[in-house]
Formats: sequence, structure tokens, C-alpha cells
Amino acid sequence: MSNTRQLDDTIMVEMRGVNKWYGQFHVLKDVNLEVRKGERIVICGPSGSGKSTTIRCINRLEEHQKGDIVVADTVLNNDLKNIETIRREVGMVFQHFNLFPHLTVLENCALAPIWVRKTPRAEAEEIAMKYLRRVRIEEQALKYPGQLSGGQQQRVAIARSLCMNPQVMLFDEPTSALDPEMIKEVLDVMIELAEEGMTMLCVTHEMGFAKTVADRVIFMDKGQIIEENVPDAFFNNPQSERTQAFLSQILNH
Amino acid sequence: MQDADKTPSSSLPEQKTRFWHDPAKRALVFQILLVLVVLGFVGMIVQNTLNNLESRGITTGFDFLSQQAGFGITQTLIEYTESSSYGRTFVVGLLNTILVSALGVIVATILGFLIGVARLSNNWLVAKVASAYVEIFRNIPLLLQIFFWYFAVLQALPSPRKSIEIWDTFYLNVRGFYMPQPLPQEGFDLVWIALLIAVVASYVLIRWNKKRQDATGQRFPAYWVSLGMILGLPLLAFLASGSPLVWEQPVLKGFNFRGGMAILPELAALWVALSIYTAAFIAEIVRSGIEAVSKGQTEAASALGLSNGKVLRLVVIPQAVRVIIPPLTSQYLNLIKNSSLATAIGYPDLVSVFAGTTLNQTGQAIEVIFMTMLVYLTLSLLVSAFMNWFNSKMALVER
Repeated sequence: MSNTRQLDDTIMVEMRGVNKWYGQFHVLKDVNLEVRKGERIVICGPSGSGKSTTIRCINRLEEHQKGDIVVADTVLNNDLKNIETIRREVGMVFQHFNLFPHLTVLENCALAPIWVRKTPRAEAEEIAMKYLRRVRIEEQALKYPGQLSGGQQQRVAIARSLCMNPQVMLFDEPTSALDPEMIKEVLDVMIELAEEGMTMLCVTHEMGFAKTVADRVIFMDKGQIIEENVPDAFFNNPQSERTQAFLSQILNH
Repeated sequence: MQDADKTPSSSLPEQKTRFWHDPAKRALVFQILLVLVVLGFVGMIVQNTLNNLESRGITTGFDFLSQQAGFGITQTLIEYTESSSYGRTFVVGLLNTILVSALGVIVATILGFLIGVARLSNNWLVAKVASAYVEIFRNIPLLLQIFFWYFAVLQALPSPRKSIEIWDTFYLNVRGFYMPQPLPQEGFDLVWIALLIAVVASYVLIRWNKKRQDATGQRFPAYWVSLGMILGLPLLAFLASGSPLVWEQPVLKGFNFRGGMAILPELAALWVALSIYTAAFIAEIVRSGIEAVSKGQTEAASALGLSNGKVLRLVVIPQAVRVIIPPLTSQYLNLIKNSSLATAIGYPDLVSVFAGTTLNQTGQAIEVIFMTMLVYLTLSLLVSAFMNWFNSKMALVER
């Protein structure tokens, strides 16, 4: 649907020749990636291929050893100020939700606006309620994360990120820890977010989501980007053998 | 719930259960038997004790507490002479136990937290030194450690005449660590009043700061300002009222120092040993508490843009504290009870002067041991109650 979508020319995330090692193990090999404003990218690949590591480098949850990363015009280097600036503009959703168990849903969402953006509490809670309403979970605002189902928790996690009003959202296998019947409620929220024009990088195995939402699908293996293309071409006419093998494995069962 | 012996209302023909097949009735029989056995045993012990006491002509009762003790004590927090009563001895011992326990708890907590955090440090040397500390001190018996500090370290110090002098004011020798004693003069009350005002003002300031943040989002370094006030205001008052404090210097007279204040080597050895030993355990508790907070929590908080300090303060510590408090309480209780090892080096704690000397002199074993046990029980229960209250304030409200 979106292959011919007109995109902004602003570059939101740029990775140039990014390399990373864990000791001797070369996890990322010369990763180059350009994400434009409003673009939706799905990254897939077998486990251990470096896809999570790639997006975790964007907000410095992992440190890259070589290459340049620029996010929203800020260079990602060892300067703590730059790192914090980037993290303010980049939201992230994790496989295991990582909600703060000692805070209510509302407090989880209001925490960063209060302490990072220095928003007055009443206003921060208003923002929190606005996004909780958007992920359709405002009636749970005063509960603690432990009292919610997995799907609800993941929607809260998305709302918590949105409260910082980020320019880019990173999703690290957001539905992999969920029971099958809860996947849809989370994907629905993500699709709505995409329709509103959010720049998104999403590591996922949900190929249906990739087909309907992605502007570009990237396939990674052994720390390298093997293939990237618009979804139609990627799924119907994969170029590399490894992509073909991967797709046949996940689509044919 | 239904009564166990009522048959469920069903249309089935009624079946009779024999009472020894009915768990509820069977449990009742066992409980009655157990109560009878316990009562019989207690009765036998009491009877036996009374017979023995009578045949040896030992009087019972607490009259001995008002008799004259007739022995001196090296460290007394309240006035005490050889002509004081055994009741007074009890209070002196109790206060000494509380003193060393309180000092030990404070130092062990600070040291334990520092070592526990150091074990998690990214700095290789710091982490290794901290783990060596833990492995050494928690694996050597406490009594040996007390002996080490007392006999090997403190008894090796020079005699009073050859004291180690520090700036001609502090003297360290085998009899203890001597320092000048501050004697408040007229007008010193002003300093106390200033301190009180500073504490109240700090409390108000911190409350106000929280309200202000809620209302405007702005924050103010209230903790630093409070610290400044609590230190600065009394100092100002002190200077303004013309320094109303006289220092009494310890002076060498004959074989020992007179005047000033002294920390006796017995107190020092016990304090150091208890603190260092317990800190090793507290360090492990702190480390496991922090490690119990999953890495995902730190990542999620960092990803939201919180600085490292705020991640710790708002996300990691509140969760770690909940894991830390219950085992920390046990360590405090252990420290208090371990302080009774004082008797091995002659520190005049409750066990040493009351369950030791007093018991020997009066022979009133039952009363003395009963009172001593009651004291430890009460102290422990008070500490437990406080820590439980603290824990319930911090507990996770979930599930």
C-alpha cells in the first residue's frame, strides 16, 4: 500500500559503517542504514543476526565501536549530554515490557515527563492519560503493572514511550513474549501509530505487520544487512538465497 | 466454608464415618494430647526447680536488685560507683550493650552498603578488593576477629607514658583513645535551638520543594541546602554567642590519663569487629538486592532519557530496598545478639556485668538469666517491629 508513499526528505536516523564486537565476536559488520522522517522499517532475520543489537545501538543501550550514528541531527558519541538528548527523542518498546513494578500505570507514564521534561505533575498526568486513552487502557491507570495481562502491559509500555513525545520509536520484538490472542491488540496500536506518521524501526517476526505497514523490510544475517526492499518485492521476489531460506522457514508453517 | 463433619446435602444414602477416619476429629484428639504433654512437662520442671532451690537455701525474688553491688565498672554512661545497687548495674550494662549495638549497626550499614556497591563496580580492582573483603571477614569466626582486634592490634599499642600523640590533643595508647571533652558553657543552648530550627526548616523546605515540582516541574537542590542549613546554622549560632564551649584536655597523671573523653580498647575492639563482620553480610545483601532488579529496568529507564543518577534513585533503589530490608533486619538482630561476646574481652555489656559478675555474686541465676534474656528479646522485637514498619511502607503493592 505504501510503496509509493511520499516521504519527507529529513533524515531521522543515519548509521554509517557501524561495527560492533562482543570481545572477539563480531556482532555488527558495516551496518549502513538511513531512516527518513515518517518512514516505517521492519527488520527481520534469524536469531543472533544482530537485528536487536542494531536498534539498541541507536539509543546507546549498546555501544558501537566503529562507524557513525546520527539521530535527529545529534551525533551519538560518548558525550552523556548527546546520549541523553537522543534518548529523549527516541522511544523504545521492549520484548519483556520492562514496566516499573513499584509504580502505577499512570506513574510509569508520568515519570519521564516529570523528571526529564520537567513538566508539572498535573500536566504530566494529563499527557499520560491522553496516551493511555489512545492505547485504550485508561481504566487501568491506577493499577500496578503486575495486575495487568501481557498485552495490556505492552500497550502501557507503548504509551509510556509516547508520553515523551518522541520523534522515532524503536520496537524490539514487541509481540514475542505475548500469548497469541494478545498479539493483535498490540499490533493494532502499532498500526495506528504508523498511520499517524510516526517514524518506526521495528524488529519483529510478524510478517503480516511488515506487509501492511512497512515502507522497507530489511533482512539481516550474521551481523550484516543482506537485503532490503519494499515489502512486495521483498516477500514475492527475494534476491539472496539466505533471504529465500529464511522466508520459506517462517512463512511455510 | 462448610463444617467438615456435616455431610454435604446430597441425595446419596447417608454413610457413617468413623471418628478416627474424620481428619477434623482426629486433629482435635492430637491437639488435646499435645497440650497435656506440654503442661505436664512444664509442671515437672517448675516443681523440680523449686525443690532444688529450697534444698540449697537459695531465696527467690528480685530483692537483690536493691542490694549494694560493691564492684566497679570500667565504662559507665550514667553515674555509677561501687556502692550503687545491682539494679544500677543492670542499667549500666544495658546502656553499654545498646551503645555498642547502635554504633555497630550504624558503621556496619554504611560500610556494608559501600562494599556491596563496590562489588558491582566496573572497576576491576575495586570489585576484587570488595569481594576479598567479603570472603575474608564473613568466613572467620566473630570471636576470633574480636580477639584479633583486641589482643593483636590494640594490646600492641604503647603504654600511656609513650602514647602516640596527634597534634598534642589526641592520645592513643594501650588503655584507650583519649580526646578532649567539650564542656558546654552558658549560652550553648542557643546552638541546640539553632540546630532544631535548621532541622525543622529542612523538613519544610523538602516538602515545599516536592510541592513546587508537582506544580511547576522545577526542582531545587533541597537536600544540599538542608545539609548546609543543618551544619551552618548551629555554627553561626555558636560563633554569634561567643564560642561558649570549653575543651577539657586529657592530661597524663602518673600511669594514666585523667580528664577528657576516652574510647576504651574493649569498646573499640568490639565495635570494629562487630561492624566489619556484619558489614560483610550486609554487603552481600545489598549486592543481591541491586542485582535482583533486572537489567531491563535500567534499560527502560535509560531509554526514557533519565540520567544515570535518576535511574538509580527513581527505579533501581526503590526496588532493591524491598529485597534488602528483610534480610537486613536479621543482620541487625545478629549484631545485637553477637554484642554479648563482649564478655570475652571484658567489655562491660549486660551479659558481662549482669549475667556474669552479678550472677556470680548473688547466685540468683534464674532471675538474672530471665531478665537478661528478656532484654535481648525486647531489643530484638523492637528492632524487628521498626524494620517491619519500614518494610511495609516500602513494600510492592502488586498481585
